[in-house]
Amino acid sequence: MTTAGPIAETNAAIELAYREAYGSVLATLIRFLGGDFDAAEEALADAFATALETWPRDGIPATPAAWLTTAARNHALDRIRRDRRHAEKLVLLERELADTEVAPMQLGTEGGLTDDRLRLIFTCCHPALPLDARVALTLRTLGGLTTPEIARAFLVPETTLAQRLVRAKRKIRQARIPYRVPFGEELPERLDSVLATLYLVFNEGYLASAGDTAVRHELCAEAIRLAALVADLMPERPETHGLLALLLLQDSRREARVGPDGSIALLDDQDRTRWDRAEIERGLAALDRGFAAAARLSHASVGRYLLQAAIAAEHARTLDGSPTDWQAVATLYQALTRIDPSPIVELNRAVAVAQAEGPAVGLALLDDLAARGELAGYRLLPAARADLLRRLGRLPEAAAEYELALSLSDNDAERRFLRRRLAETRS
Amino acid sequence: MRYMLLIYGEEAQQDDATGGASDDAPEISPPWLEYTSWLLREGIHTAGERLATSSSATTVRVRDGNRLVTDGPFTETKEVLGGYYIIECDNLDEALEAAARCPAAASGSVEVRPIIGMPVPESVPANAAG
Repeated sequence: MTTAGPIAETNAAIELAYREAYGSVLATLIRFLGGDFDAAEEALADAFATALETWPRDGIPATPAAWLTTAARNHALDRIRRDRRHAEKLVLLERELADTEVAPMQLGTEGGLTDDRLRLIFTCCHPALPLDARVALTLRTLGGLTTPEIARAFLVPETTLAQRLVRAKRKIRQARIPYRVPFGEELPERLDSVLATLYLVFNEGYLASAGDTAVRHELCAEAIRLAALVADLMPERPETHGLLALLLLQDSRREARVGPDGSIALLDDQDRTRWDRAEIERGLAALDRGFAAAARLSHASVGRYLLQAAIAAEHARTLDGSPTDWQAVATLYQALTRIDPSPIVELNRAVAVAQAEGPAVGLALLDDLAARGELAGYRLLPAARADLLRRLGRLPEAAAEYELALSLSDNDAERRFLRRRLAETRS
Repeated sequence: MRYMLLIYGEEAQQDDATGGASDDAPEISPPWLEYTSWLLREGIHTAGERLATSSSATTVRVRDGNRLVTDGPFTETKEVLGGYYIIECDNLDEALEAAARCPAAASGSVEVRPIIGMPVPESVPANAAG
């Protein structure tokens, strides 16, 4: 224990402990309480309340996470003792506690807690839960975000989000979704579900234009923090590094993405001095770790996240002034279409080909894509065609495509950009 | 924990899989026989039955005290309930693994539902009217 500091200092320490340790302490408590999320959340809330009382008096513990874990365990046992219906459960828990009693210091160390956080994230992202519930549960438990915060971020009423959480926890309990890390044949599918959930959290913060900017930023930061955790805990899986690299490289462009007038700035038009160099460095390092991990695995293990991150890295490398290697980007998209044969990936590939081989070649690919009709109503197809037509000097056709794209877009920043381009084709 | 595997498929497939919709002498095709054997070997098989085709189904509803009997199953979807298993597993992941091995998983679908049970009265009083 350090000497007792002023109230402000302890409050700051409690806030810090909440931000840094909430998820990991909760993860351990859920295991201790046999998978009971609600009891674990209650016990942890009790522990934080106790901290508010005792830390100003007794000083800030040397390892707040260990202190909180022990305090929450005691609160959980007290609650069970008070409730005589759970006498049987108490005997089991006390026996387990006696068996697994560890020094408080040890509890706070990474080694003791990492497995629990991994268990928690795999349970929260179980494919038996609906996707929106996976997102909410992951942010609530591992991220420690409050229900109102999550509701604000996803623009849903608080009651809706609270219901979502209640139903998810009920399903975990009723269907007995296990609290464990999957292995063997199961792992790839389950890891996919974890990574997809984190990517969704990030995109919700990154892409949407509506809502509170600070909360949206928090979503991106949380997704990156959790992706880094998963990559740390499962370093042998290439895609964990792939997702982390992708998120960091995309996030590095956040500040430059929106122009001074609030319109979306395309990559080419972005002020690259506003790219976050530190995030790019971290992203490129994660990408290298991902490809190194893929090389160690015998089978084809370069997945969608690594490829998308590699594409983002091609753009990030232009920070030193060298031109974008569009040929490399087009090749990476080609590889991506083999894993993810979606028309949207093909659209991106056509745009890269247009940059590498000229607008006419790219336009031919886009025309093929348009003829297949799968992207009818998708605003970025006419927007891309408009851009290539404009560069080919076919201005009346370009104007018609800009108008079509405008009619399909409901994003203010994007509409401003399209209107500006439309005016240019007409001037 | 007991789980019920509800086996859904297109009727024609079920008939094929079981060698024609015969009424009384159910012949079980090799994949199903093999699957049931696997559940037994794993020690998780509790029960399982095949149902006659949905054309033999009759649905009963009681509304305002009136009994309403209608022909056929309640749903109008292409996939119909064709049978079930009850298995005993530690958790959902184990039940899902067992369900994925079911022959119907490859052609139709298998719904996995936890069984919460139903208490049976300890003594059954004689019905005065009976």
